[in-house]
Amino acid sequence: MTTPTAIRVAGLTKSYGDRLVLAGVDLSVAPGTVVALLGSNGAGKTTTVQILATLLRADSGEAAVAGHDVATDPAGVRASISLTGQFTAVDEVLTGRENLMLVARLRHLQDAGVLADELLDRFGLVEAARRRVATYSGGMRRRLDIAMGLVGDPPVLFLDEPTTGLDPQARLEVWRTVRDLAGAGTTVLLTTQYLDEAEQLADRIAILHQGRIIAEGTLAELRCLMPPATVEYVERQPTLEDVLLAIVGPDTRPQEIGTTR
Amino acid sequence: MSVGSEAKTPVSGNLAHDTAVLLQRSLRHVLRSPDTIVTTAVTPIAMLLLFVYVFGGALKAVDGSYVDYLLPGILLITIASGIAYTAFRLFTDVSGGIVDRLRSMPIGRSALLWGHVLTSLVANLASLVLVVLVALAMGFRSGAGVLAWLAVAGLLALVTLALTWIAVIPGLTAKSADGVSGFSYPLIFLPFVSSAFVPTAGMPGPVRWFAQHQPVTSIVNTIRDLYAGIPVGDQGWIALAWCFGVLVVAYALAMGTYRRKFG
Ligand SMILES: Nc1ncnc2c1ncn2[C@@H]1O[C@H](COP(=O)(O)OP(=O)(O)OP(=O)(O)O)[C@@H](O)[C@H]1O
Ligand SMILES: [Mg+2]
Repeated sequence: MTTPTAIRVAGLTKSYGDRLVLAGVDLSVAPGTVVALLGSNGAGKTTTVQILATLLRADSGEAAVAGHDVATDPAGVRASISLTGQFTAVDEVLTGRENLMLVARLRHLQDAGVLADELLDRFGLVEAARRRVATYSGGMRRRLDIAMGLVGDPPVLFLDEPTTGLDPQARLEVWRTVRDLAGAGTTVLLTTQYLDEAEQLADRIAILHQGRIIAEGTLAELRCLMPPATVEYVERQPTLEDVLLAIVGPDTRPQEIGTTR
Repeated sequence: MSVGSEAKTPVSGNLAHDTAVLLQRSLRHVLRSPDTIVTTAVTPIAMLLLFVYVFGGALKAVDGSYVDYLLPGILLITIASGIAYTAFRLFTDVSGGIVDRLRSMPIGRSALLWGHVLTSLVANLASLVLVVLVALAMGFRSGAGVLAWLAVAGLLALVTLALTWIAVIPGLTAKSADGVSGFSYPLIFLPFVSSAFVPTAGMPGPVRWFAQHQPVTSIVNTIRDLYAGIPVGDQGWIALAWCFGVLVVAYALAMGTYRRKFG
């Protein structure tokens, strides 16, 4: 099935109690591209991803993934996506291999064992494959978590801060995996705190701020948003961080900064 | 709404397959901590020993062997403590994010709950067998035939199912691991105010009324009669009605809680 947009979001709003978190998010992601959703702590990145992955219901607005509306056809959405949430969700009692096989079986795949071994190899978990996850380090858990999200090659992938807590090597491996997947036609929406990650990985970058996407485009396009005064003849191109701070301003971040997590 | 839309995508409709996969998973959890089965059986076994060998001599109100008299109530206490582990396993899945992972996948909506409920049935059966073995060693004897034993097993399975669906509710809603098993204490205590330990006839008025009308008494009396090989009578129907009643209400509440929290 080919749809013109893999993810389409229009006017999405969501409040927790009287706290408005999403105030009308618009976003559209083309198939086979990687889009990074950037935003400070508490900006609503996870909330957005959870709505798209059918875990949360939006208050209003529309969202469709792979042509399925999240509100009216959640089962269709679930059949097309995989979510790796912000917090690792693995079974501590099972081994790494059993975790992967569990997901494979639930996705009705043949050769769950072969598939599991392949992913264990790709994520450097062969040694630990037959150990209980309770004995894994945080980074190992996260790698397993991401690997579980790749089982079955779903066409749309949500990765909520996939590389937080990973060592540089594992981080590069995740980046390479994301690039490979996108090259093979998978659509990836990822959130990240690391601006260099967005720079490295994303075809397009969307900045979520105060409940709205305040800027969206390629890295080059976003750099053009820099106020002219700061464009000087320096060695270094402005990084995304410069762009972000230029657009958002240093003082307009939401109240809870520094208190989350 | 989600029910209608699920029908469009056949992959998500395979509740039996998904339940089987998740049942296998949580059975593995039980197998890897067999201590949960032993722990479940330890307190009831201790009570059995205590009441038979310490208090038994002083309890003249009971005719015949006190082990025979006591066992049915002890079996119910075993179930009441066993289901706390089910609540705990479910809570771990909720707090550890497994539930969210599964919810984002195209699988049967209630497969996870059924996986845990069926696991509870198996784990409690294992604990019950342990307790019965100890009772046999202590001199418990039954003249019951195969049919009566099957009837006892069926009734205990029904009790386990009903109590397990109660356990699902705190498993889904508890805020902390400590709070998750508190619900089972009243259930463990209930047999003490029933015919499980002593006949209700000697209890003072209001207590007797409660003891005679609460579910444990009819269930305990039914199992006792089945073991003794005597006709069960109305007690059996009352016991079944209680079990089915609690089962239906607990199931509805648990499923409602699940839909509300995890729609
Ligand atoms: N279940 C909830 N109940 C109440 N408020 C919530 C809930 N979940 C999130 N929030 C609030 O919604 C806002 C957005 O949260 P969200 O997790 O989407 O942010 P985020 O962009 O993912 O942040 P981070 O970078 O820290 O992960 C925050 O202010 C948070 O406090
Ligand atoms: Mg987040």
